[in-house]
Amino acid sequence: METFLKKRIDIMVEAPLMDRVIAILDEQNVSGYTVLPALSGRGKDGAWHRDGQIGRVGAVVQIFCIVDESREQDVLEPLFRLVSRQIGIVTISDVRVVRPDHF
Amino acid sequence: MGEAVELAIANLTSPMILFFVLGLLAAWAKSDLTIPEAIAKGLAIYLMLAIGFKGGAGVAQHGADSTLLLALLAGIVLSAILPFIAFQALIRTSNLPRVDAAAIAACYGSISIVTFLAATQVLDTGGISYEGYMVAIAAAMETPPIMAALWLSKKGTPSLDRTAFREVFLNGSIVVLVGAFIIGWITGEEGLKSISAFIVDPFKGILCLFLLDMGIVAGRGLRDGKNLSAPVILFGLYMPLIGAALGWATANLIGLSIGGTALMTTLAASASYIAVPAAMRVALPDARPSLYLPLSLGVTFPFNLAIGIPLYIYFAAAFQ
Repeated sequence: METFLKKRIDIMVEAPLMDRVIAILDEQNVSGYTVLPALSGRGKDGAWHRDGQIGRVGAVVQIFCIVDESREQDVLEPLFRLVSRQIGIVTISDVRVVRPDHF
Repeated sequence: MGEAVELAIANLTSPMILFFVLGLLAAWAKSDLTIPEAIAKGLAIYLMLAIGFKGGAGVAQHGADSTLLLALLAGIVLSAILPFIAFQALIRTSNLPRVDAAAIAACYGSISIVTFLAATQVLDTGGISYEGYMVAIAAAMETPPIMAALWLSKKGTPSLDRTAFREVFLNGSIVVLVGAFIIGWITGEEGLKSISAFIVDPFKGILCLFLLDMGIVAGRGLRDGKNLSAPVILFGLYMPLIGAALGWATANLIGLSIGGTALMTTLAASASYIAVPAAMRVALPDARPSLYLPLSLGVTFPFNLAIGIPLYIYFAAAFQ
C-alpha cells in the first residue's frame, strides 16, 4: 500500500489554554485535530494529577493534528506565540498516512 | 473566650473537618485514594447549585433589604483593595518576582467558595442566621482581584483579551452559583420545598465527600509545595487575618447581621484556588502556579477551615 509523508504536531499544554490552541488550529484551517486528557505527569514546574482537580489549573491536555509539510510553519508560528510562555511542550514528528487528501 | 474555644472544638470535631483531615492524611501517606475528576467537578457543581438556590430562596422569603446593594458594592471594593495589600506584604517580606507576587495577591483578593460553604455550615449548625444574598456577594468578589493583579504586574503581558474576559466572568462556578441564586429568588420558598430532598438533606454528606477530595488535593499541594519559602508560608497564615479584619470592619460599617458579618469576614479571609489561578495561567503565564496553588490550597484553606472560621464567627458575635 502506498503511504505519504506528513507532519504530526503534538501539543501538550495546560488545560486553561486548550480553547486557545483549538482556535488557532481552526483559524489555520487544519483539517482535523484530537484532544486527549492526560492523567498525570511531572515537568520542570512540578507534578500534576488529573484526579480530584476541580479547577482547570494543574490539568494537562494533549492536542494533536496532522498537516502537510507545506503548512507546518503556518500552524507552528501562532502556536508557538501562544504556548512559548506556558507550561507544556510542542513536538513535530514525521508520520505516514494512506489518504493524503485528508490533510 | 470560652465560647470561642467551644466553637473551635465543635468545628474541629465536625464530620466536615474530620473528612478534610482524612484526605490530608491520605495524601501525606501516599494512599491511592482519589476522587475521579468528573465526580469532583460534579460535586462542586452540586454544592454551587445548592448554596446559590438556598441563598436566592432566603432572599425571596425575607426580602432584599437596603444593605444588599451596599454589601455588593463593599464586597467588590474590598476584593479590589485586598490584592494591593497582599502585593505590598509579599514584596516587602519575600524576594518573589513582581509577577509571582501579583498572581498570589490576586488569589488572596478573591474568594474561596468552599471556605464560604464551610462557614455557612458552621453557622447553620450553631443556629446563626445570615443574609441569603451573601452568595451573590461571594460571586461578585471573585473577579475584581484579577484586574488588580494585571495592573500590579505591569510587565505581565498579555493582558486579558475578550476570550479571557468571557472565561473569567462566565466561568462555570459563577454561572451556576448566580443562576441558582436567581432561580431560588424567583421560585422562593415553594421552589426550595419542591427540591429540598435534593439540595438540603444530602448537602452535608456531599460537602463531606467534597472536603475529603479537597483534603487530598491540599495534601498533594503541600507535599509538592517545596518552592514555598518561610516568608511566603507565613504570608499564607497572616494574610487571611488581615483580610478578615477588613472584612469584619466592612460588614460592621454596612450593618450586616452576625452571620452576615462572619461570612463577609470569611470571604475576605479566603483565597481563590479555582477561578483566579485559571485566569492567571492565561493572563500572567510567567507567574508560577507551583507557588500560588499550594499556598492558597495547602496553607490558607486548611487554616481558614480549622482555625479561621470559628475565629471569624466568634469575632462577628462578640464585637457586633
